[in-house]
Amino acid sequence: MIEFFQHIVNGLSLGSIYALIALGYTMVFGILQLINFAHGEVFMLGAFIGMYSTQWLKLYENPSLSSLFICLAIAMVGCAIVGFTIERLAYKPLRGAPRINVLITAVGVSLFLQFSGQLIFGSDPKFFPTIYSPEGMWNIGGVTLSPLHGVVFGISIVLMLILQYIIFNTRLGRAMRAVSYNHDLASLMGIPTDRVISYTFMLGSALAGAAGVMVGVIYPKIDPIMGVMPGLKAFVAAVFGGIGNITGAVVGALTLGLSEEFLVAYWAPTFRDALAFALLILVLLFKPTGLFGSARREKV
Amino acid sequence: MSVLKSMSSWLAVGALVWILDFAVMGQMNPYFFSVIMYAGINVILAVSLNLVNGFTGQFSMGHAGFMAVGAYVSAYITTSLQASNPELLMGFQGQVIFVCTLFFAGLMAAAVGYIVGLPSLRLSGDYLAIVTLGFGEIIRVTLLNIEAVGGARGIPGVPPLSSFGWVYSFMLFTIFIVWRILHSAHGRAFLSVREDEIAAQSMGVNTTATKVKAFVLASFLAGVGGGLFAHYLQFINPTTFDLNRSFEIIIMVVMGGMGSITGSVFAAAFLTVLREALRDLQTVTHVDLRMVIYSLFLIILMLTRPSGVFGNMELPDLFKRKKRQEV
Repeated sequence: MIEFFQHIVNGLSLGSIYALIALGYTMVFGILQLINFAHGEVFMLGAFIGMYSTQWLKLYENPSLSSLFICLAIAMVGCAIVGFTIERLAYKPLRGAPRINVLITAVGVSLFLQFSGQLIFGSDPKFFPTIYSPEGMWNIGGVTLSPLHGVVFGISIVLMLILQYIIFNTRLGRAMRAVSYNHDLASLMGIPTDRVISYTFMLGSALAGAAGVMVGVIYPKIDPIMGVMPGLKAFVAAVFGGIGNITGAVVGALTLGLSEEFLVAYWAPTFRDALAFALLILVLLFKPTGLFGSARREKV
Repeated sequence: MSVLKSMSSWLAVGALVWILDFAVMGQMNPYFFSVIMYAGINVILAVSLNLVNGFTGQFSMGHAGFMAVGAYVSAYITTSLQASNPELLMGFQGQVIFVCTLFFAGLMAAAVGYIVGLPSLRLSGDYLAIVTLGFGEIIRVTLLNIEAVGGARGIPGVPPLSSFGWVYSFMLFTIFIVWRILHSAHGRAFLSVREDEIAAQSMGVNTTATKVKAFVLASFLAGVGGGLFAHYLQFINPTTFDLNRSFEIIIMVVMGGMGSITGSVFAAAFLTVLREALRDLQTVTHVDLRMVIYSLFLIILMLTRPSGVFGNMELPDLFKRKKRQEV
C-alpha cells in the first residue's frame, strides 16, 4: 500500500514535468496552429543551462532550496531567450506559408538542436550536480514520501498558477487569447500580434526550461537527446486534454504521468515509450478534440 | 499498343540493369558498390514516401517502421529457410524464393500500413505526422520485445541475396508503379486531395479511401525496400529503423521536391553519396556533422525554396520546356 502511494507521488511529479512542457505546446498551438517540434529540445537546453549555471556559480557547494530557485530562474530566462530566437529565425519568416512547410521547419529545428547539442555538449550523459537534497522523508499518515518529488510537484503547481494568472488577468494574457481566437481580427484591433506570439514562445519556453532543471534534479543524468521522448509525450498529453486548452494540458499530463508510472511499476516496463502513442491514437480515434477541446468546423 | 510502347522502354532499362549486374558489378570496388546499392534502396524508400508526403499532401513520419516490417518479415523467412534447408536458397530457385519473400514482406508491410492508416488518415496534417511517428516507434518497440526475432540483438546472418540486379529492378518497378498510378484516375484523386481536400470531397472523391490507398501502396514499397536492405546489410536490429531513419527519408523527399519523382531519385542518390563524403570529414573533425548539416539544410530549404530542388517538375517536363523554347 505504501508502495502504491509512492507510485502516485512519483507519477504526479513526472506528470507535472510533462505538464510544464505540454503547456508550451498547447499555448503555441493555440496561437499559431503549429506543433512546435523543437519544444522538447528547449526543455533539453533548460537542463543543460541549469547544469552549467550550477557549475559556474558553484551552487552545488550549498545545496538548498534557494540554490534550486536560482538555477530555475537562470534556466527559465535562458530558455525564454532560446524560444524567442527560434521563433524569430525559423518560424516568423514562414508566417502565412503552408502549414506543412512550417511543420517541416519545426522538425528541422528540432533535429538541428539535438545534433548540434551532441556536438557541443558531447553525446554521453552528463551528471546533473546535486543542488537540492532534502534530508529525511515526509511521513503523512503512515506513508513515507520522498520530499524531492513533493517539492517538484509543488513548484510546478506554483508555475502553472502564475501562468494561469498571466493568461486570464493581464493585458498580455488578454492579447494572447485574442490572437489565438482570431489572428487577423486581433491585429485589426491594434494588438501587436508578432510581439504577442514572441511572448507566447518565451513563456512556453521558460516553463520548459523549468521542467528541464527539475528533471535534472530528480533524474540526475542528462544528455542532448533527452528532450525527444518527453517532448513527444507532452505533446500527447496536450492533445489528450484538448490542444489549445490550458487546463486540458495539465490534466492530460498528470493522467499520462500517473498511467506511465503504474504501467512501469506493475505491468510492462519495456512498453513505457509505446504507451503515450497508444493513448494518443485512442484519443484521436474516439474524441479527436481531446477531453476539454471543442470541435471546430472548417468553413469553405 | 501504347501500353506496350510505354512498357518497352522500362523493360529495356530493366534488361540493361541485369546486363550491368553480370558484366560490371562483380569487378567493382566493394566500397563504391555498397554506395550504389544503398542509393538504389534509398531511391525506393524516397519515391514511395513521396507518394504520401508529396503527391497526396499528407505528412507521414513513420516510414522506417514499414521498412522495418518488410525487413524483419523477409529476413525471418530467409534465415529460417537457410537454417533448415540451405540448398533451397542456392541458384535460380533461391532467387525465385527471394523475390516471392520480398513480395510477401511488402504485403505484410502493406497490411500494417492499412491498420495504421485507416484510423490515422482520418486526421489531418500535423496530427497525422505525430500519429505516424508514434506508430513507427510502436513498431520499433514491439520488435524490440519479440524474442523470436532476436529482441534488441536483431537478426544476424541474413543471407546476402540482394544483388545489384534485384535492387535496381525493384527501384525501376517502384518508379514505374508510382509513375503509372500518378497518370491514372487514382493518381489524379491523390493530387486533388493534396490541392484541396474539401473541393475533392465535393467532387465525389472519397478522401479517406484515397489517402489510405496511397499510404498502403507506400508501405508496400517501403516493405520491399526494407527487405532488400536487410538482405544486403545481412544484419538488422530495431535501432536500424529508428526515428532518424524516417527523418532521413523525409529529408530526401523534401529536398528533391514534394511532388517530383525525379527529385526524389536525385535527392536520394545525392544524399547517399553526401553521407559517404561526410564520413571522410568525420575522420578529420571527429564529430558526426551529418545530421547537423541535413537539418540546417532542411530549415534553409524551407525558408528559401520550400518546393524543393525540382518542385513539381519531372525529367520529361524539363526536356519539353527546352523543346518549346527552341520553337
